[in-house]
Amino acid sequence: MGDAFAHLTDDPIDFRALIASVQGREDGAIVTFAGVVRDHSEGKSVESIHYDAYRSMAEKELAAIVSELGRELPEVRVAVIHRLGRLVVGEASIAIACASPHRAEAFTACREVIERVKKRVPIWKKERTPEGEEWVGWQGGG
Amino acid sequence: MQIRLLLFAVLREVVGSDQKPLELEEGTTAAEVWERLRREHPRLAAYDTPPMVAVNQEYADPATPLRPGDELAFIPPVSGG
Repeated sequence: MGDAFAHLTDDPIDFRALIASVQGREDGAIVTFAGVVRDHSEGKSVESIHYDAYRSMAEKELAAIVSELGRELPEVRVAVIHRLGRLVVGEASIAIACASPHRAEAFTACREVIERVKKRVPIWKKERTPEGEEWVGWQGGG
Repeated sequence: MQIRLLLFAVLREVVGSDQKPLELEEGTTAAEVWERLRREHPRLAAYDTPPMVAVNQEYADPATPLRPGDELAFIPPVSGG
């Protein structure tokens, strides 16, 4: 594997560039995943989401996840990019591309990357609803 | 010894700052810094689940003693993706 393609960006995600970064002539499958801002959350309507990160650590964790998958599924090449800042409904917050000679490993890798990102990469979202803005995941401190 | 405390997301808003230098006794742990932060900011009293801890950009055991110059961050439950 070459350098891990694992980035944060403040701009809209360029899916073509992401796919191009993993695709090789030996690949028969490219699986992509996009996480997008939806218009509701737990019964409330969502207008936009602001993503904040511990940037230096988040980039390290993203790169670590890509490296882990490189060891676990050596035939798959993985790229991941997470967008930060304010995103409106329908915009992609994260994109993952996994290329492999065969589809099964590419699907597995793609699923693993998003699950690991959600578990441990230090990124936080703040949802804007008609009632105001609130950080997700750690309420109770009011 | 001096360390640098970084604050993110809800913690940054509660404390009103994204980082602060802290003067600590040798051997102070991240868990002790969290207790100090909770005493200084009553709003944090309600956050009784201690957050995850990162030292120098890696997840760390809250009981590990800090060293001079460390970059300490409390990591509220993450919600990226």
